[in-house]
Parts: sequence; structure tokens; C-alpha cells
Amino acid sequence: MLKYVRSLLALATVSLCVGAPPAQAALKVLATTPDWAALVTELGGDKVNVYTATSAFQDVHRVDAKPSLVARARTADLVVATGADLEIGWMPVLLQDSGNTKIQPGSPGYFEAAPLVHLLEVPSAVDRSMGDIHPLGNPHVTLDPHNIATIAKALAARLVLIDSANAAYYAARGDDFQKRWQQATLGWESKAAPLKGVGVVVIHRDQAYLCNWLGLKELASIEPKPGVPPSAGYLAELVTKLAATPPKMILRNAYNDARAAEWLAERIHAPVVLLPYSVGGTAEAKDLFGLFDDTINRLLAALK
Amino acid sequence: MAKLTPVAAAIVFGCLVWPGAGHAATDDLAALRAELEALKSDYTSRVQALEARIKQLESAVATATTAPPAYPQPAPLAAPAKSSNAAAFNPAISMILTGNYASLSQDPATYRVAGFIPPPSGEGPGRRSFNLDESELTVASNVDPYFFGNVTAAIQGDNSIDIEEAYFKTIALNNGFTIKGGRFFSATGYLNEIHSHNWDFVDQPLVYQVFLGGQLAQDGAQIRWLAPTDYFIELGAEAGSGRSFPGTQRNSNSLASDALFAHLGGDVGDSTSWRLGVSWLDIRSTDRSYDDVDQFGTAVTNAFTGTSRTWIADGTLKWAPHGDPTHHQFKLQGEYMHRTESGQLAFDVTGRNLAGDYNSSQSGWYLQAVYEFVQRWRAGLRYDSMQSGTPGIGLVQAGLLPFAAFPSLASASPERTTIMVDWSLSEFSRLRAQYAWDDARATERDRQLLLQYIFAMGAHGAHKF
Repeated sequence: MLKYVRSLLALATVSLCVGAPPAQAALKVLATTPDWAALVTELGGDKVNVYTATSAFQDVHRVDAKPSLVARARTADLVVATGADLEIGWMPVLLQDSGNTKIQPGSPGYFEAAPLVHLLEVPSAVDRSMGDIHPLGNPHVTLDPHNIATIAKALAARLVLIDSANAAYYAARGDDFQKRWQQATLGWESKAAPLKGVGVVVIHRDQAYLCNWLGLKELASIEPKPGVPPSAGYLAELVTKLAATPPKMILRNAYNDARAAEWLAERIHAPVVLLPYSVGGTAEAKDLFGLFDDTINRLLAALK
Repeated sequence: MAKLTPVAAAIVFGCLVWPGAGHAATDDLAALRAELEALKSDYTSRVQALEARIKQLESAVATATTAPPAYPQPAPLAAPAKSSNAAAFNPAISMILTGNYASLSQDPATYRVAGFIPPPSGEGPGRRSFNLDESELTVASNVDPYFFGNVTAAIQGDNSIDIEEAYFKTIALNNGFTIKGGRFFSATGYLNEIHSHNWDFVDQPLVYQVFLGGQLAQDGAQIRWLAPTDYFIELGAEAGSGRSFPGTQRNSNSLASDALFAHLGGDVGDSTSWRLGVSWLDIRSTDRSYDDVDQFGTAVTNAFTGTSRTWIADGTLKWAPHGDPTHHQFKLQGEYMHRTESGQLAFDVTGRNLAGDYNSSQSGWYLQAVYEFVQRWRAGLRYDSMQSGTPGIGLVQAGLLPFAAFPSLASASPERTTIMVDWSLSEFSRLRAQYAWDDARATERDRQLLLQYIFAMGAHGAHKF
């Protein structure tokens, strides 16, 4: 047995020497969603090398701890995750199998966004009969630019902490981002003013922050309970219920299935609005600015 | 009578005293009334004061609740101080409930995969009719900044308890190293590490049943090393006591179960992920006995002492549109095992007790595909095949016994075809129907219908690849 261990150790040593990164290598970041990847890129510029674990077309909750992700966790200097149990099915496995102490919870290399902002829909009691609810609150925090500003501030501070050699660079980029973001937010808010009070139907409860920010009124959700697909009976009930208070539009994320939304749209005569939800969800949502630009443009277009 | 005496005395005494007492009360009555009036007026003023205060507070509360909440609300920075709570560090607990209904065309008590020395347990489709399967209790938590601990106990339907896994694992080693110790499912092969509630079929492939007795659990230690590369490259080694089949519990200080494994994995595009593995197992056993009949049909107990060396190659591929398995997912998985056993085979250990050399070279494989064709519904197909070959038995070669004295070891090519459909109402519940045409027996085909339920309660399980 000892000889196996010895050869394994020898192999490990060789690989470490061969694979050792050059001193000036960029900070390796594993971001769980394209939004966090975009934010790290805004703040870190060319000093960071970002790998995105999921795309805008994936339900981040339903991801496997697949081999490629374990490999990325092994070499990461920083993990940027949503938290609030969104990645609970796979992030703990990645962290445990990574053999990388830099990214363990509690270390500077592990960053969670959701705990930094005010979470909506924190349940007072949890039970699995209520569907796939998150005990810590709704984790889909990105679609409120005020949340992004708060998270960006903390993330810039984290980059400074981890990679102090480039502290001034991150601080400058962080300030610049905050300025541009604040200006853009004001622009979005004035442009989106007509959306205030507009009734909408959502699919999953992942538009809660967008609705809260813009004052959209969530009249119903196509999922009867979080994570539970609708039955034909429930959809029929929804049609009757919405006849009294007809919504202006049905919001659908890039990763959602279109069928239930299209079915409902036909019966209640409201358009389905495809929203990017995440960076990369539409061709226009190339970065965080594009994500909000495109979201508001699409909502306004549907209002006309 | 003795008990009644004091009561009677009291009554007599009361009658004697009462007239006097009545006179005294009449004198004090006016004074008492005056006192009561004074108290009453005092309380009235106090109650009025309290009522006024309640009204004041009520209006204050009303204004507080009707005030519009400011947005965005800052998160509470400091939680109110909590009193000490011994339960705050409770580990994550989960419980899995499983059970099935089995309709089997052959008697499961006589189930045996033809051509192979049978494992002590883990073979066959289980019992007929309704069966409570294992109830699996898992308790897991970080121990301290250096270790993670996990215990998985299976409470079996027959009221016995198996410790499936009970291990510690390092979380503070760097450079990709992880060390595990205790009892754990060996990382050899792909399915071996996966708990039964996460299997895609009710039962294990034949090759796992025959070569590993279902699943190989090591009592020992494991070291894994993950390469610092973009591809997933993992190397590992295990050393154990060999208590689990094909080993036996031995009265020896040496390590009797060694394993080496290497895994390679990655993605193709954004929809496909894969993992390949190769493993080697070297396990020693002493007096590993099994029941058989001899050439006359008389029951005998034979025993193998020697070494089992097993090569395993495994491959898994998962595809989902854009990598999102919500609506559709396809999973293809297959494993090949080749085992050589060499040592001594003892015949009829409780009677004639003859022993001679034994050598075998046997193999088996399975290939299975599972497809989620509509959200929540999956269908699967699995094919099993085993090749026993003919073992070299010293007692037969020396002419001491005919080959017919070892009917279990007669060359055979068992196979099985299984179809499955399952329905998962949520991530935490699954109902499954499975039908198998099982030609593993030497004689007749066994047609097996299995209906199964799996329910997961408590802590959210890991989405392992």
C-alpha cells in the first residue's frame, strides 16, 4: 500500500511543479452565475480570469456537481456564489472535493452575494409541502440594481483583500463602476416609470426583486408553489382568477419553458415577454448594463 | 369511631362559640364597609389611569404599522442577542424512505447468478410482495476547521441496522488532497459510491452483485488528489481491512483490500458532461464460504482462500439542453469489470474437507441509458452480461472430484434486460416501476416486476455527478 501512496505523492509533486502558475497570473475566479461573472469582470478587468459555472439557460438550483466544476473549484482563488441556498445541491460538493482551502466558507476566497442585501419573501415557517422554498428568503437578488451596487461594493473590497498587489486597480475600477452604475440606475428608473403599478404574471418567483424595484404588480405565478409545475386544473383556475384583474403581460425568463406561459397568454390575451433574467439570456444582455437595458426595453415594448 | 371524635368535638365547640362571634362581627361591620369603599375608589382611579395608557400605546402601534416601509430596507446588521442554544450546532440530518412491491416468477430464495461463487448477500431481486426496503439515516456536519464527518445508517426492513458509511474527511488540506477514513463506499467504479436511493434502477447491475456483493465498503483509509488542471483529473488510493466481499474479515494485522483509481472528466459544449474512470482492486480473503450442492445433490459448504484482483473501467455521459435537466436529460452509463481469483478452494469443509488450487478469470459489464422525456418522467433501459469462463479447480484436475461436484461453477453467460420508468413529483420524491427479464439463473428465466417508492426528508441532498 505504501508504495502506491508514495508514487501518488511523487506524481502530485511533479504535477505541482509543472502546473505551478507564473507569479503574475490573473486571479482565478469561479462564478456560479453569468451575472456574478459579469460583475467580477467589471471590477477585476484583466487582473481576473473568470469561469462561469452556469449559463442564462440553466436553472442554477438544478445543476450537478459535474467533474468540470470540481476541477475549476480546485484551482480557484475566489468563488463568487449567490448563497441563500440557491446552489445548495452542488456548491457544498465542489467545496468539499476541491482540496482547496482558499475557497472554503469563512475564508476570504468564498464570497456570497445574497446575505449582503435585504432578502424578500423570508418565510416565517418552512415545510417541504410548501414547494421548493428557500428558508433564508428569495435568492434571485440580481434584478434590482440597488442590490448590484451593494454587492459590487463588497466584492471590490474582497478583491482588494485577496489580491492586495492590485488593490489600487480594484479600488479605482470599483469607484468607476459605482459611478456608471448609479447613473445608469437613475436612467432606468426614470425610463421605467410607466411600468409602476402594471399587473404581471410570473412563472417562478425569480422576478420578485424586479417587480419590487419597478413597482410591477405580481398578480399570479404560473407555478402553484415554487418549483412545482402547474397542472391543467390550476391553469384553468388561473384563467378564471385573472379575468377579474387582467395582467398586462406574462414574464418569462430565458431558461423557463415557454409552453405554460404561451397557453395562458392565448386565453387571457396578454403577451408573453421574454426577459434575459441573466447576462447572456438574450443577445442584447451582453453585460450587466445590457441586462437591465434589455429587460426594461422589453417590458416597455410590451406595454405599448 | 376514634376518627369521628375530633370532628364531633369541633361541632360542639362551634355551637358553643358562635353566638359570641356573631355579636363581635356586628360591631366591626361598619368599619369594614368604610374600608372597602376606600379601596374601591382607589382601584377605580388606578384602572382609569391604566386604560388611558393602553389607549396611548395602541395609537402609537397603529401609526407605526400604517407608516409605509422605506425601500430599500437595510438588512439588520446585528441580530438581537440570542440566549445560548446547545442545538445551534446540530448536524444536517436526512432520512430516506424506500420500499417496494415485487412480483417474481421464480422463488427468490433460489436465486443465483450461474457460473460464479456467490457473495454472502447482495444478489437477486429481494423478497416477494410488499417489502420495506432500507430507511437510510444520514447525519453529517463539519467536525471542526479540519474535518468533516458523515454517518449513514441503513435500518433494514428486517429490523437490523447496517452502518453503510461512517467516515471523516479532511477539509483543511491544500493542493487538491483529501483524506477519508473510517467506513466508506470505495471510489472504484462509478456506481459503487452512489447510495441506493440515487440509483436509476431498483437494483444493482449483475456485475456489481456478483463481483462486489452489491457495493464495496472499505473499513480503512482513502487518499485522493485532484490535479490543478481545467480537465477533471483525480487519482486516488485506498487501503482497507477487506471485511467486505470479495474479502473476508481476517485475523491479521495486514491490510487486505487495496484499491487504486483514476478519474478523468470534462464538458463538451454547454450541454454534455462526461467522466471516465479506471480502477484496480486487490482483495484477499480467508475461508470465504458459500453453499452449494455436490454431484449427488447433497448440500455442501465450500470455501475460497486467496486473492481477488479486479479491473474496472467506467464511463458516464450526461446530456441536457444547455445543461439544464429540468425538462430533458439523457444519461448513458456503462462499466466493465474483469476479475481473476487465485488461491485454494476447499470442498465440503464440514465433511470430506478436501482442498486444492483454484484459478478463475471472469468478467461482466452493463450498459444503461435513462432519458427524461418530459418534465418529471424518465424511462430507462439496462442490459447486463456476465462471462464466467471455466475455473481451474485443482481437485478436479487431480482427479479427486468430478467437475459436476461444483455445479455453481459450471461455465455460464448470465444476462439480464431491464426496463424502467419513474415519476418524480419533486426533487424529494420518486415512484418507479421496473420490469426485468433475468436470465442469470442456470435454468429458467425470472420475470421480475418491481414497484418502488423513494422519499427524502430533511437536509437537501447533494447533486452528485
